[in-house]
Amino acid sequence: MKLDLIFRITTKLILPFILMFALYVQFHGDYGPGGGFQAGVITAAMVILYAIIFGLPAAQKVVPARLAELMIPLGALIYASVGAVAMLLGGEFLNYSVLLSDGPHGQELGILLVEIGVLVTVAGTMTAIFYSFAGRGR
Amino acid sequence: MVLLTLMAAITVGVVRLRNLFGVVILGGIYSFLMASVLIVLDAVDVAMTEASVGAGIATVLMLTVLYLTKSRESQSPHTPMLPLFVAMITAGVLVYGSEGLPPFGAADNPIHKRVAPRYLEKSVEETGVPNVVTSVLASYRGYDTLGETVVVFTAGIGVLLLLRGRRRRKKKEKPAATKGEAAK
Repeated sequence: MKLDLIFRITTKLILPFILMFALYVQFHGDYGPGGGFQAGVITAAMVILYAIIFGLPAAQKVVPARLAELMIPLGALIYASVGAVAMLLGGEFLNYSVLLSDGPHGQELGILLVEIGVLVTVAGTMTAIFYSFAGRGR
Repeated sequence: MVLLTLMAAITVGVVRLRNLFGVVILGGIYSFLMASVLIVLDAVDVAMTEASVGAGIATVLMLTVLYLTKSRESQSPHTPMLPLFVAMITAGVLVYGSEGLPPFGAADNPIHKRVAPRYLEKSVEETGVPNVVTSVLASYRGYDTLGETVVVFTAGIGVLLLLRGRRRRKKKEKPAATKGEAAK
């Protein structure tokens, strides 16, 4: 793997763009195709690409396995707590209209927050599963 | 039509090929073709998911599994008659069932009659989000998406427990067993 200069340089060049695209898919999901799920998968794909080219230890230095595993319940919690906050503010569970004084904007904020929750869970799950598969060979 | 023919050809290839590396790559190509079909059907969100999950992550995970096992499929000692029989029956039932479906893409199908028009008309007004797929997914059907997130969470925890459990069982028998119970 040490001699794959072209792979290494190309990967280094392309990684920021993958992350950029993931964030674009995430935050542009309101206007175009995409959303938390797709963005989460793309984010995980970025980590996996890094792990394939630079080796598992290098990738786990950037995204520790503990962090990936922590992300799995964290995302679900973010999602559920947005619903709970809406309930505390006097609305129904997951009714985002009460999050802000202006109904539609509250909805927009709520959708953004739950999509972040989906992103965190999906990215964490995919990365953690890849880590545990790839780590078995050793 | 061309895409569907290609997909059928790839399926035959997957069945006939004994080299598992080739099968995994063909599976990836199949997913990309499926994504193209979904784009033709104007389901861009689904196509994106199919391309990233089916062709991307699934292929990579399959390759990592291949790295751990042999790369050639072993001959099965069983005769293929019973699975063939089950597959034929299932296919027959599915084809029979599809006869009862409403015509494809017709505007007066039941699915377009009930809540769909309301979502399409009120989405921008109520949620301020132009992409109706997103607003239905995250707001109108927020419960379902919460459930999906929990499913992904459960699946992740389950796989991790299965893969981790074995490693720990070498040291201690009991904790791994109780954790396996908790995963259910």
